Amino acid sequence: MLQSVAERLLLLVILLAALTGCGSSDDSQDAISILNVSYDATRELYREVNAEFAAQWRRETGQILTIKQSHGGSGSQARAVIDGLPADVVTLALAYDINSIHRNGKRLAPNWQTRFPRDSSPYTSTIVFLVRAGNPKNIRDWPDLGRADVEVVTPNPKTSGGARWNYLAAWGAVLYRELGGDWSKLDDPAATEEVAAAQAAAREFVTGIYARAPVLDSGARGATNTFVQRNIGDVLLAWENEALLALETLGHDHVEIVVPTVSILAQPPVAVVDTVVDRRGTRQVAEAYLRFLYTPTGQELAAKHYFRPTDPEVLARHRDKFIELELFTIQTAFGGWDKAHETHFADGAIFDQITGVRR
Amino acid sequence: MAIGADKEMLAELARRPGRDTLTSAIVKGAFITVSLLFLAALLFAPLITVFATALEKGFDVYISSFKDSDTLAAIRLTLTVAAIVVPLNTIFGIAAAWAIGKFEFRGKSVLITLIDLPIAVSPVISGLIYVLLFGIHGWFGLWLQENDISIIYAVPGIVLATLFVTFPYVARELIPLMEQLGNDEEEAAITLGAGGLMTFFHVTLPKIRWGLVYGVILCNARAMGEFGAVSVVSGHIRGLTTTMPLHVEILYNEYNFVSAFAVASLLTLLAVVTLVIKTFVEWRGYRKR
Repeated sequence: MLQSVAERLLLLVILLAALTGCGSSDDSQDAISILNVSYDATRELYREVNAEFAAQWRRETGQILTIKQSHGGSGSQARAVIDGLPADVVTLALAYDINSIHRNGKRLAPNWQTRFPRDSSPYTSTIVFLVRAGNPKNIRDWPDLGRADVEVVTPNPKTSGGARWNYLAAWGAVLYRELGGDWSKLDDPAATEEVAAAQAAAREFVTGIYARAPVLDSGARGATNTFVQRNIGDVLLAWENEALLALETLGHDHVEIVVPTVSILAQPPVAVVDTVVDRRGTRQVAEAYLRFLYTPTGQELAAKHYFRPTDPEVLARHRDKFIELELFTIQTAFGGWDKAHETHFADGAIFDQITGVRR
Repeated sequence: MAIGADKEMLAELARRPGRDTLTSAIVKGAFITVSLLFLAALLFAPLITVFATALEKGFDVYISSFKDSDTLAAIRLTLTVAAIVVPLNTIFGIAAAWAIGKFEFRGKSVLITLIDLPIAVSPVISGLIYVLLFGIHGWFGLWLQENDISIIYAVPGIVLATLFVTFPYVARELIPLMEQLGNDEEEAAITLGAGGLMTFFHVTLPKIRWGLVYGVILCNARAMGEFGAVSVVSGHIRGLTTTMPLHVEILYNEYNFVSAFAVASLLTLLAVVTLVIKTFVEWRGYRKR
């Protein structure tokens, strides 16, 4: 009896091995594959982009292209690439994460952001408000978030890329109002006092938001679930694409979107990872893949998945979806990602100081 | 006289179902009720939720969630990992238990402690040690890259991490059994002229088989269900390096609740089957003794 059990187990193992053996594809000359390492919010977008581009690549070159896809929090995905995840291209949530791939291990050139048009950001997004259906707290614009009776849901900027955009959007919106929309004052020595007052007002506003925040989730999807599924808080600060997706998938009868008058221009950047494409010989296809995102087809797909196209013509066709508002970049309001990180999110920087008040 | 009275009283107490036994009946009932309520709230309710959500949109939708190629790939990867890990750890477990149970040697207690290590450390650490070893900045990272070998963010890394985490299960099950059974029968077999292999297959294996089956089942369940360690070394490449538990998380994050719970229900079924086999094995083992 024992022997028959052993024999059966052996047979099972052989069967399983055979089963898995069938699954592995052979490396013929006409087949090529690349790996796109991306962040959470782009899953739906790249599923379609990949199918479309693979078909086009086959028509043009005859090669069968497989695009493998990995998603996760932007920061941890960058960490994985630094540790050796062989990404041919990275399409992350913020330039800071791609900068850190350069800093730790030099896997791509320092000038990566100038290699593709428009700061290497084929599509953009912004930060908007998601409120309960009917907008019971009557939240219209940023100042309403400073009210004592309004609880704001936002993830933790220490762990979430989206949360950093939220934080900087809130901060920048106050600067914009206090400076009367004139960003040049930030660099104007004559306006030093006015700028200092504006920064102090921004700090007070942001401190209030985090003091009243009921929870700080670790990621953007987690915060969306806190707001929508667990019914916590009055307003969710969210990527416009996440807010529109949540609205589509979870229903219009629960939540609605409020677009503020001014917000940050969120630019999720893309880059080719030099060391990987040179080793694997995939530079040509990887660059073509990223350039495809800028074509009208790629731009239409971005719009379909709620990212703002950067091609003005395509954007004009989707104006009903993407409401016009005043947008400022991280460069104009904060002097770029590295500086913003140092001032606001590094250990002991402003975010630590203002949340320390709460403890 | 006094002693006799005491004896009588004790005998009387033993015979009569008094107040003490009544209290203990209430206590017994209370304990059973509390345990059952606890089980119902913490175990059965979530179990039912898994299947209810999976079948929310009907059986056809449930079945069609398994037709997705990424889901199939995740199931296939999980089976592959288990098919590699479980036999290896079975061989290791028998060898370790044999060494510990049948021989005396220096450093034996150190070996026993080391076998327990994977249970003691957090799975995240188990994954990170492989990143530190085989990552591009790790000890072997550059050499691996020059020779075009991928370990982490590929199937070998997932197998290694799972191997590490499920290391102790077979060994822990067999060590007490081997120690308890002693060497007498093996010594008799060898005296009668049996070789090492023959002694193992005809004397030792039949004695330990139920313990072995039990260990293998637990090892398999953990190998298929491991999330933390695998998550660290996986790289989350869809259809390539996502196992079933990782795929459940991915589907859930994509608002694809039915598919997420459908795959989860498969893992739950595995757990239920494991429990049934475990009960059967315990019952068989008990009856044999």
